Amino acid sequence: MAARVFRSHILMCAGTACVSCGAFKVRERLEKELKDRGLDQEVRVVITGCNGFCAEGPIMVVYPEGIFYGHVKPEDMPLVVEEHIMKGRPVPRLFYKEPVKKEAIPRMKDIPFFGLQVLRVLRNRGLIDPESIDESIAKDGYVALHKALTQMTPEQIIGEVKESGLRGRGGAGFPTGEKWEECRKYDRFPKYVICNGDEGDPGAFMDRSVLEADPHAVLEGMAICAKAVDSHEGYLYVRAEYPLAIKRVNMAIEQARNYGLLGKDIFGTGFDFDAFVYPGAGAFVCGESTALMFSLEGKRGMPRAKPPRSAEAGLWGQPTVLNNVETFANVPQILLHGAKWFNSLGTEKSKGTKVFSLAGSVNNIGLVEVPMGISLRSIVFDIGDGITGGRKFKAAQLGGPSGGFVPESLLDTPVDYESLEATGAIMGSGGIVICDEATCMVDSARFFTDFCVDESCGKCVPCRTGLLVMLRTLEDIVEGRGQEGDVEFLDDLGRHIVRMSHCGLGQSAPNPVLSTIRHFRQEYDEHIREKRCRSLVCTALIRFRVNEEKCKMCGLCLKACPVGAVTWERKKPARINLDLCTKCKSCIRACKFWAIE
Amino acid sequence: MAKLSIEDLKKIKESVQASVTLREGGYRARVNVHMGTCGLASGARAIMTAVLDEIQKRDTKDVVVVTSGCAGLCNREPMITVERMGEPPVKYVDLTPDKMRQIFSEHVLEGKIVEKSALAIGSETTF
Repeated sequence: MAARVFRSHILMCAGTACVSCGAFKVRERLEKELKDRGLDQEVRVVITGCNGFCAEGPIMVVYPEGIFYGHVKPEDMPLVVEEHIMKGRPVPRLFYKEPVKKEAIPRMKDIPFFGLQVLRVLRNRGLIDPESIDESIAKDGYVALHKALTQMTPEQIIGEVKESGLRGRGGAGFPTGEKWEECRKYDRFPKYVICNGDEGDPGAFMDRSVLEADPHAVLEGMAICAKAVDSHEGYLYVRAEYPLAIKRVNMAIEQARNYGLLGKDIFGTGFDFDAFVYPGAGAFVCGESTALMFSLEGKRGMPRAKPPRSAEAGLWGQPTVLNNVETFANVPQILLHGAKWFNSLGTEKSKGTKVFSLAGSVNNIGLVEVPMGISLRSIVFDIGDGITGGRKFKAAQLGGPSGGFVPESLLDTPVDYESLEATGAIMGSGGIVICDEATCMVDSARFFTDFCVDESCGKCVPCRTGLLVMLRTLEDIVEGRGQEGDVEFLDDLGRHIVRMSHCGLGQSAPNPVLSTIRHFRQEYDEHIREKRCRSLVCTALIRFRVNEEKCKMCGLCLKACPVGAVTWERKKPARINLDLCTKCKSCIRACKFWAIE
Repeated sequence: MAKLSIEDLKKIKESVQASVTLREGGYRARVNVHMGTCGLASGARAIMTAVLDEIQKRDTKDVVVVTSGCAGLCNREPMITVERMGEPPVKYVDLTPDKMRQIFSEHVLEGKIVEKSALAIGSETTF
């Protein structure tokens, strides 16, 4: 039976980002328009996972031409159907516009954001319907699993993964093959395979997007791992804040079971493996492997001392492999194309590609996959297309609350585990938040410390109490009570916490503070000695006085002020009446010339 | 459903392949149905249905159908342009569904131009 032929496919992105800006409403209208014109038998609307270019959402791509439409609204649909679908004339108004030159680029492959990426983990993103196992199979889904079950011994699978040089994509970068090998050598059953989808870093959304766009790749990777370590049961720990990801993974599991690709006697080889989703309650510490396993067991999510490592005694005390979503998604392709294909990309110790979620003050916010070894500068300025509003770049925050800030001078650092660690940041799970000159480094460090204080499980003293002391000191600094010696104190205490904490959370929580002290010491000194915040973020240090030399007398601050504290006359610098001022900073946001101090 | 074998995987893959090729841009020939107001009024929709029907019947996987507006010769509509990879485009005029089917089997698939319906070979010069 041949599948119905459609002359055109319209791929609508239905990742969380696009759905939240109205993708489903657009789809409804589109389908209605197509039906009204009798085109619903000729044109197919396909719902895909995250396309990656979240800043342009909702997104649709029309094939066969490959025309990319961004920011589509329900009321645009009649025009698109009438002009593009009926008459073959793409609608230029909805094309992507290059932010600097304002040039419209109709074709998806010509947009630099897409052109510079190398898609392996995300190869199916925005291209297949994640809710259809058939489309996944059309893109070679489950072929690697068949190969693993019929043509390879567990040792060969582990050997291939080891040779590929794949390292854990959750952040620490532990070699995946070695982890599997260790788990394999223990003769205690049952063993478990766990997929860590407890993505907790603020600003990170890689795992969610992979699960939403290509859940079968993750399931296949888990099944291959199970074969390698002789396990028959797997869990996906996905945080409950990811309802769409959970829904799609459950759907994928159901479909795979119906096809006999999960469950008993897969491919008739006698190998059994089944997978289950466990929604996590969203505690940051549950991304730590041992805490995650306790949480899975129904206990309180708290880490325990290692060794023994999870590979020896993990879930319910049994040998367990725990890998990140992205790590598992890499596995089928390694088996399919071979270790040599995989490690042809990357640097000496970091092979393959890495998915990053690009967020913050950058023009092209979205999900990107790049070869290891590409420079941070290229990610920020070529793929990300620079900083919004023509502002200056200040720092790239990598790895969330466990990571650090990379300053402009180190932007040419290649993206690999070791090089990034040398800058004081970490690869992390792949969140990159770009900070511009209006971001205060001290305040950002305070924000991340505050996050870690909230998320610390409280088991060990350095993390529970040490971080709190750091937070209080940082609060003093941003509120103008900073004293000489505070920075040295923070640095010293931070190093102690790193050395003495129990688990990964505490060992990395001081990183944002330590890396800002290392690269932006001057900003700390300005806060403490001059009581000045150059980014105009720390309210207590702003005088709310108009610098008459910088003021262009435009009157924008007058319009912005909600309490009437600004007085302004034509051709005279503005003034702020401090008795009325509530320090809401509306005027600072409105001023284009940094004239308010 | 029964256990899948690798052959079943291949079958599923083949049956869905057509969709995926369409999204990857690999194709042997492109049939451009001119569907401006004039084309639609003279029956371009029936031509479109005929092409899609042929593709489905023959299980063709590498022919792409696109639409475009008026080709400028409204009194000879319905018109199509057939472009085979690496060959100059050919415009056909005064079509009926039957002529369309003939063009599909002879030109699109076999590469033999159906001269009695053809208007011209090659593109117009554009500046």
